[in-house]
Amino acid sequence: MVTVAELPAGFADKVLSAQSTFRSVMDAMARPGSVQRIHAAPGIPAPMMHGTAAIALTLFDHDTPVWLDRTMSATSDVAKWLKFHTSAPVIADPSVSSFAVIGNAQNLPPLDRFAIGSNEYPDRSTTLIIQVGSLAAGPAFELTGPGIDGTAVLQATIPAGLFDGLAINAVLFPRGIDVVLVHDDAVVAIPRTTRLAAQGA
Amino acid sequence: MGATVEDAIRVQRKAAMSVLAHADGDAIARCLGAIDLPAHTDLREPENGLVMVRGRIGGDGAPFNLGEATVSRAAVRLATGEVGFGYTLGRDLEKARMIALCDAMVQSRALADSVEAKVLAPLRAAMLADRARKSAEAAATRVDFYTMVRGEG
Repeated sequence: MVTVAELPAGFADKVLSAQSTFRSVMDAMARPGSVQRIHAAPGIPAPMMHGTAAIALTLFDHDTPVWLDRTMSATSDVAKWLKFHTSAPVIADPSVSSFAVIGNAQNLPPLDRFAIGSNEYPDRSTTLIIQVGSLAAGPAFELTGPGIDGTAVLQATIPAGLFDGLAINAVLFPRGIDVVLVHDDAVVAIPRTTRLAAQGA
Repeated sequence: MGATVEDAIRVQRKAAMSVLAHADGDAIARCLGAIDLPAHTDLREPENGLVMVRGRIGGDGAPFNLGEATVSRAAVRLATGEVGFGYTLGRDLEKARMIALCDAMVQSRALADSVEAKVLAPLRAAMLADRARKSAEAAATRVDFYTMVRGEG
């Protein structure tokens, strides 16, 4: 009884909030590196950021197994909240997850532990939702690929190894891993078609 | 001690649900109008869905899927922390929300009595009266059959 009483609410307006959040994520995916804002205001369980919670309520359902990192699963709050509002199964094995929610990017497991899909079904891969310290300051990266006119520059505080690890996307295509970076209400997507290089390298 | 209080609340909630689920949405709204509603928020917005209804023919028939029925559900949290859930057949979203609100109030020590007196009691009385009327109507059409016994009894 007490545990449910402390559960944060979902979207105040389910349909419109989910639509506007979906639009933000879609725009972010279509223009890799661009910073999109999430306007919907859901209830937020403890270590989650505003954007992460909105994306979870929009994209997760009973067909999408979700994997949580140690920061997210430190208490059962997030798992309970996801279960109540999205009915998504929270699983322990990242290799069969549709989404992975990473609260602390420093603890990101090696990318080969996630699902990369198959050549027949490249969509059966894990989408990483990573919370980062900032999407406006920090090391600069140069992005190229579909959806980018020439090159785009992304400044973000992310662990050094992450973008090196994403180089596997070039080899694996059409398989691969999509990444959504979240800081508060700002969202940046790095789909599998985007190539990254540290600026000045 | 704690267990008995919880059991008592569970019994009360069950009793409240069996009345509210059968009551008309407008009737619940009228009764709720008579009490001061506490501050509350929607934990889960009212929504529609489908449930599979199972049936069986006779007491010992094998269960089968009869078909799907629409249900509405909602969850409401009072400012004091009680969480109530409402499920009802049909697509009346407002009714699901009111049931959830009543369920939450039944759990609150301060509000349980006024909900019982002003909402549940009148609805229960109306439900029982309706049932009694229907069974009286049915009883009026009752036919007693006698079996004629042939031969020497």
